[in-house]
Amino acid sequence: MRFSAWQLLKEGLTGNKGWGAHWRDPEPKPAYDVLIIGGGGHGLATAYYLAKEHGITNVAVLEKGYIGGGNVGRNTTIVRANYGLPGNSEFYSHSLKLWEGLEADLNYNVMHSQRGIINLFHSDGARDAAARRGNAMINQGDDAVLLDRDGVRAMLPYLDYENIRFPVYGGLYHARGGTARHDAVAWGFARGADQRGVDLIQNCEVTGIDVEQGRVTGVQTTRGAIKANKVAMVTAGRSGQVAAMAGMRLPIESHILQAFVTEGLKPCIDTVITFGMGHFYISQSDKGGLVFGGDLDFYASYAARGNLPQAEHVMEAAMTLMPMIGKARVLRSWGGIMDMSPDGSPIIDTTHIDGLFLNCGWCYGGFKAVPGSGNVTAHLIATGRPHEAATKYRLDRFATGIGLMDEEGTGSQHNLH
Amino acid sequence: MRITCPCCGPRDLREFSYRGAASDLDRPAADAPPEDWHAYLHLRDNPAGVTRDLWYHELGCASWLVVTRNTVTHEILSCEMARDVAREAAR
Repeated sequence: MRFSAWQLLKEGLTGNKGWGAHWRDPEPKPAYDVLIIGGGGHGLATAYYLAKEHGITNVAVLEKGYIGGGNVGRNTTIVRANYGLPGNSEFYSHSLKLWEGLEADLNYNVMHSQRGIINLFHSDGARDAAARRGNAMINQGDDAVLLDRDGVRAMLPYLDYENIRFPVYGGLYHARGGTARHDAVAWGFARGADQRGVDLIQNCEVTGIDVEQGRVTGVQTTRGAIKANKVAMVTAGRSGQVAAMAGMRLPIESHILQAFVTEGLKPCIDTVITFGMGHFYISQSDKGGLVFGGDLDFYASYAARGNLPQAEHVMEAAMTLMPMIGKARVLRSWGGIMDMSPDGSPIIDTTHIDGLFLNCGWCYGGFKAVPGSGNVTAHLIATGRPHEAATKYRLDRFATGIGLMDEEGTGSQHNLH
Repeated sequence: MRITCPCCGPRDLREFSYRGAASDLDRPAADAPPEDWHAYLHLRDNPAGVTRDLWYHELGCASWLVVTRNTVTHEILSCEMARDVAREAAR
């Protein structure tokens, strides 16, 4: 079924009985052309673009839990293309352009809202860095505006501008940035892939990857063996365990990142705000909750929950930046499992095993990358060559030292991002 | 998550800073092949379950510690002086 105003009216007048399931619940077939391990945002988008752009529809997405139950269901929903380094900048630019056409493309309301994002800065040096980054963004055809303090104040009057340690000097405003409804993104891609013939197989955990003479031949799962000559590992925080089934060790350590949401409030924050110096960022969901987060807990973890010291740190930063937030009540907090690479940038590449592809290392940048990552991973699987927007996400860059992408400038080491 | 330092007793997590997997103690020889150095610097077992990692008691006795803990439950199983672990491994 296609969603339309006419469909909405018809269903509304006839008791809403005609809405069906958005995707089938098929039994796994014994063999497919392509298997995608992981039914999160990136895996679903990969399946969708394989079918739509490359006509490869004999595809199964294998999800150990349920569609959208991983990190795509537990993030802070920010979408942006304000990266500075070559390699990252063209990729996120590509992804943002896909976001801008996504709802029409999927015939699905993913609530993509280009409400703008402001990265605050607090010193002359940081202003210069923001100006340089903004110019780089403009040079590649994206948008950026350098706001001075009065410019930020006009948009965000509720910040504490007189903070002694972090006075607001201004902000880099990226108007095309914003947010999207994370669940709807997963559901939209799932429905789009399913409509094109992709089998979405849930409650199906991969327990082994079959390799014969250096070629992948299929996988073992809790729902039986499935054959395929092309297998993509798209499993975010669990990448290490999945790759280990193929005898690989990855340059990945899984860390916990916490996020928080307040009770629903009237609209008060109409952009995304990032306070890099305090490790804090915030936006307001359409339900009214203030959605905010900070830095990693900074120790390896698969717990999907964090500890109180980092929660306290995030609250301190929130109070420092916008004292009014002290009146709001925190409703809940959660944690996501981030697959942290040494340089803080992702990996999308082939492996030493023919037909086995790897998509991992998204750190805390995975949500905004969903369409781009799916699009370029599908291209890699279909053609064997990296997409032009993702030529630098090589697995071997740590071994060679060529093309490291340390966007933060903190060093290429596991505990620094 | 409280870490029991062998010197100082049970202490708040905020006193410690995290370095990474305890494989950092297994430094290859200076003339080891590049593959060994790459594995040492970058590749990780990254287990979901019991792991051993290095922590520094920054706001306490300034010891380097090897903490054995569970990454799924955050349970701390043991905590040893990194010096002792390194000496034991050298035997």
